[in-house]
Amino acid sequence: MSLRALPALLLRDLRLAVRHGGESLMPLFFLFAVLILVPLGVGPGPNLLATIAPGMIWVAALLASLLALENLFRPDFEDGTLEQWWLGHLPVTGLVMTRLLSHWLITGLPVILFAPLAAQMLYLPDQALGVLMLSLLIGTPILSLIGGLAAALTLGTNRGSVLLSILVFPLVVPVLIFATGAVAAAADGFSPRAHLGLLAALLVLALTLVPLAVTAALRLNIE
Amino acid sequence: MIWKTIKVGFHRLGSAPSFYRFSTVVSPWLWAGFALCSVIGVYYALYVVPPDYQQSDSFRILYVHVPSAWQAMAGYVVMSILAAIALIWRIRLTEIMAMMCAPIGAAFTAICLATGSIWGRPMWGTWWEWDARLTSMLVLLFIYLGIMGLYAAFDDKRKGARVACILVLVGLVNIPIIHFSVEWWTTLHQGKTIRIFGESSMHYSMMPPLIWMTIGVKLMFGAALLDRARNELLTQDRRKGWVRKILSNKGD
Repeated sequence: MSLRALPALLLRDLRLAVRHGGESLMPLFFLFAVLILVPLGVGPGPNLLATIAPGMIWVAALLASLLALENLFRPDFEDGTLEQWWLGHLPVTGLVMTRLLSHWLITGLPVILFAPLAAQMLYLPDQALGVLMLSLLIGTPILSLIGGLAAALTLGTNRGSVLLSILVFPLVVPVLIFATGAVAAAADGFSPRAHLGLLAALLVLALTLVPLAVTAALRLNIE
Repeated sequence: MIWKTIKVGFHRLGSAPSFYRFSTVVSPWLWAGFALCSVIGVYYALYVVPPDYQQSDSFRILYVHVPSAWQAMAGYVVMSILAAIALIWRIRLTEIMAMMCAPIGAAFTAICLATGSIWGRPMWGTWWEWDARLTSMLVLLFIYLGIMGLYAAFDDKRKGARVACILVLVGLVNIPIIHFSVEWWTTLHQGKTIRIFGESSMHYSMMPPLIWMTIGVKLMFGAALLDRARNELLTQDRRKGWVRKILSNKGD
């Protein structure tokens, strides 16, 4: 069994993303588009913006992560590559996790890197910036995992994208609560450890169970 | 010997015509039981139980609110068990039964949220509060709706049912969150007052209608589930021989 194919798949996905260029960065542009609408919508007062900043950044990150999900498995499903995953000798769960990792590297990681800019736009207090980035680092992989599950579930349907967002939203509620709780606590000068600990627990839970569910959902869809 | 009879009976229920006959016989009895229990329950709740010392008569909505909340969660557990059976043994009838739990469970969740809201307005002074119990119940409603939407989005109903069954099992994580939400977070919704083990903090004189209503609601869930599953089965198998035979026996 050669696991060298897993890095090869990862590299292929990343190379595809790089060569698509702007298209791959659309989720990041979308994130900033949402964040620009916030001060225009609720008013540019720094106090109000600082209060809602953790929630708005997280909601925007969540919406941005939904954008790239539609094409997570669909092209491979349509051209028959997914069936080859089952015919090959590699563990399918490993391939699934590799694909989810590439999704996170393309949509999650840029959000973390640009979080300082987003935080400045909404006047997030400086002492909360580190916690915001940490919460994104722990939380965005969960978004990729749950989003991947929704993408796998809706694969066999024709009108996937709206349904996909509806499936994701109830499942990510705990992530949003603990992540914004951590940032808000840090902004108010309290310890964010309890929230971050629970968020990390969610990540461990999702990391262990979601790939199995994704594999099962893909398998049912290619039958 | 008895075990064998049960096993054969269970396997026989998995066949569509047998299930059709079984459910047409059983569901009227469940509806009748529901009618009886709820008439007794409503009578006790409105005329026998004394008014609460703080909330006077308005607490009586509890007898709709609590049984539907319990059934919204119990219905999800039933749906999960059916979904697990459907995924493991691929029994078509349990797939259909699991899917048909979702609209009934969603209805009970909606009733629970609506009655809670109506009760909350005079007692808490607000229609809605982003409290842990209320929020997790709302999430349950959206999980139910997601399951229904996913099932409906597939043209191939068997595939749709199996895929939605995975979502059912994933959504199961929400059930313990709802159950323990009043213990983990201290917000607006009151804590656990009714216990099976140990003493309830609700006075015993208020208990009988709750028990009647709870039994009634459970029977109603069973009846509605059997009826829905039977209708779904007839719709899916409308071109098959056994359905044509039943329809031709019904005249014209």
